[in-house]
Amino acid sequence: MIKVFIFSLLLAASSMPAYASTLVYCSEGSPETFNPQLATSGTTFDASSRQIYNRLVEFKIGTTDLEPSLAENWSISDDGLVYTFKLRQGIKFHKTKYFSPGRDFNADDVLFSFNRQRDKSHPYFKVSGGVYKYYEDMAMSSLIKEIKKLDDYTVQFVLARPESPFLANMAMDFASIMSKEYADRMMSAGTPEKLDLQPIGTGPFMFTRYQKDAFIRYQAHPQYWRGKEKVDKLVFAITVDPSVRYARLRAGECHVMAFPLPADIPAMKKNTAINVDEQPGLNIGYWAFNVNKKPFDDVRVRRALNHAINRQAILDGVFLGTGKLAKNPIPPSIWSYDETTVDYKYNPDKARALLNEAGLGDGFDTDIWAMPVQRPYNPNARKMAEMIQQDLKNIGVRAKVVSYEWGTYLSKSRAGEHQTILLGWTGDNGDPDNFFSPLLSCASAKSGNNRALWCNGEFDQLITLARSESDQTKRSKLYKKAQAIFKQEAPWLTIAHSVRYQPRRSNVKGMKIDPFGGVYFSGVSIE
Amino acid sequence: MLLYLLRRLLLLIPTFLGVVALTFFLIRLAPGDPILVLAGERGVSPERYAELQAQFGFDQPLFMQFLHYLGQILSGDLGVSVVSRIPVLEEFMSLFPATLELSLVAITFAILIGIPAGVLAAVKRNTVLDYSVMGASLVGFSMPIFWWALLLILFFSINLGWTPVAGRLGFLFDVEPVTGFMLIDTLLADDFGAFLDALHHLILPSLVLATIPLAVIARMTRSAMLEVLRENYIVAARAKGLSPFTVIFKHALRNALIPVVTVIGLQVSILMTGAILTETIFSWPGIGKWMLESIYRRDYPVVQGGVLLIATIVIFVNAMVDLLYAVINPRIRKAG
Repeated sequence: MIKVFIFSLLLAASSMPAYASTLVYCSEGSPETFNPQLATSGTTFDASSRQIYNRLVEFKIGTTDLEPSLAENWSISDDGLVYTFKLRQGIKFHKTKYFSPGRDFNADDVLFSFNRQRDKSHPYFKVSGGVYKYYEDMAMSSLIKEIKKLDDYTVQFVLARPESPFLANMAMDFASIMSKEYADRMMSAGTPEKLDLQPIGTGPFMFTRYQKDAFIRYQAHPQYWRGKEKVDKLVFAITVDPSVRYARLRAGECHVMAFPLPADIPAMKKNTAINVDEQPGLNIGYWAFNVNKKPFDDVRVRRALNHAINRQAILDGVFLGTGKLAKNPIPPSIWSYDETTVDYKYNPDKARALLNEAGLGDGFDTDIWAMPVQRPYNPNARKMAEMIQQDLKNIGVRAKVVSYEWGTYLSKSRAGEHQTILLGWTGDNGDPDNFFSPLLSCASAKSGNNRALWCNGEFDQLITLARSESDQTKRSKLYKKAQAIFKQEAPWLTIAHSVRYQPRRSNVKGMKIDPFGGVYFSGVSIE
Repeated sequence: MLLYLLRRLLLLIPTFLGVVALTFFLIRLAPGDPILVLAGERGVSPERYAELQAQFGFDQPLFMQFLHYLGQILSGDLGVSVVSRIPVLEEFMSLFPATLELSLVAITFAILIGIPAGVLAAVKRNTVLDYSVMGASLVGFSMPIFWWALLLILFFSINLGWTPVAGRLGFLFDVEPVTGFMLIDTLLADDFGAFLDALHHLILPSLVLATIPLAVIARMTRSAMLEVLRENYIVAARAKGLSPFTVIFKHALRNALIPVVTVIGLQVSILMTGAILTETIFSWPGIGKWMLESIYRRDYPVVQGGVLLIATIVIFVNAMVDLLYAVINPRIRKAG
């Protein structure tokens, strides 16, 4: 009896039919919600906005270029204040077990999607907590003065000031368009929060089922306006441990996996059943010097520290080869990146000479703050800090490595309690301003997000000017000038841009690697 | 007996209060602020921060928060998760069946193998068999779960391809969750293929989770059996000419089981701790993984509610075991 039972178990395993046209993605965690307006994590965006929803404009998958989506075309007034979007007609929302749409997408859906986030008296504003983090972060509430519906298929955004990154913001996840009809129906049924948990969008895949920590199931949207997807079903198999994700990929239990361990990459590349796509990430890992504290107010000291650190050793030892040396505060995939920047070379003698010049021949005591968490731009801050500590010892600087729990770390450093700190940033919209303003402007020095607390008048003027300019060539020039000043003033040691790896089974075709770090399954097929 | 029962039940009240107070203050003693952790590198403006603090009631004095929380619990409300904004009890109920299913299979496994192995080792004392059972249980007891699980995955799933690497059910099967117990749900869906697949997915994780309890039960059974086998009544039974089988299973094991039952009861807390690691490795959607995540995120309501619920289960099971102990052990019943 037992033998028969075991036999039938084994049989069940071997007779497992191939996952016909079901694409399985081993994802890294459970989404917080299915409404991208309420979220900040890539995990949530991957599960919601990137499969379920569309935006007015979108990044062409695999690039940072904008392309029309729900908006067929748009025009910008000469003063850069009025954006008029012409909407595409005949676009169908998802028809699912829990909702069947009574009309096509129109201007009301656009107004609903934005007004929920901007209007505190909107009936949906307080639903599901009412925190629209990204909308706030991108300063949309002060930027958008008015949104007007000109007719069913024309929407006008009036801005309070000219701001060229606005169009790129419209392609960000928080700008996803939801169904007003569905929202109204849920509101009158007394279950408004369902809008955020059982999503309805216009995107390539529609939601079917979610079980926390287990899986998310989607189906191809049969009436998708770009054409029905080649795969019928999409499954996110939530698998937290990266070694297990890799094991599942090897065993064929999933077709694509998220975030591989750097140490596993060489073995993956050797495996013929697996392909590893790679791309430098849209991020920067840096070591910032608090210029409000002595001796970091002296540019010679900052330059000395730039010369003192062997960054190649860090790339080898901490990034295990998955990082690219950074010389500018923005990654090379962003336009306006200055190729001509001359970086500080690793040169302990020069570092000592500069310290001597600054009257610090005997060195000094300082601290290095190391993040307690792993981030794409820094896989192991503790180890990095220890390597920096060794290099500093070499030039007579005695550094203590300090760390706190993540929330405390962020708030204490925001208050400027550190002397030097390891941190980083991941870009949101591919616009250079998305790095310069939040990280290095005078305003951000005041708010504390600028961890060097560095406020340089000339630099600040350049980036402010570039932000209101709409001509990309002119903006590019301004940003290049700003990068030169940055390098000369050396408020940071720019360390690395991490390379992003996306392993997939070799029979998965059409998968493009997203520079923003997201995952899109539109256009993917299994052979 | 009734007095004994009453005394046991009354003891539960201070235990619960202790658990509630301990988790409430301990998680707040740990550095870290749930709102700041949620905000990440981008930070949060002071106004927004104050607003959120007020929303979650974190702006109140700690003692007031505690009183408020106590009142909330008494009315059956465990609060709402800071991260997902779903009621804690609802999240728990959707995840607990997975943990329970895994734990039940694991403990059944541990009992079915552990007790016979212990008996065998005791009867064949000081033979190669005894040494190998005891040696194996010592190894099992001291094995790092994480490593053991990965080893099993590597061997059985990757090299041999016999078992799935992780998850509860293959993605070909789409089974409506009714009870949350995959074995029951697949049968309810009348899908025998899915049932077999679910069983298949249970093999490795339950094996891993059973490892420590199995070792403990085997060792306990052995030592209890050895003690009983030395008793005079066993000698008498043997002298009466009863078959070795009857002597061992009818006379010796019944009496040896009394301490073993206690040990099995104690395994509940070990299963719950073990579940955290096992669930993480096998992507098993249970409460272990959920608790771990909420601690990282300083999701106070989930940590408090989760610990309280798990503690309730452990305390309840232990109380049941005590009662069971009294039932099968006349000495306590009479002393009560």
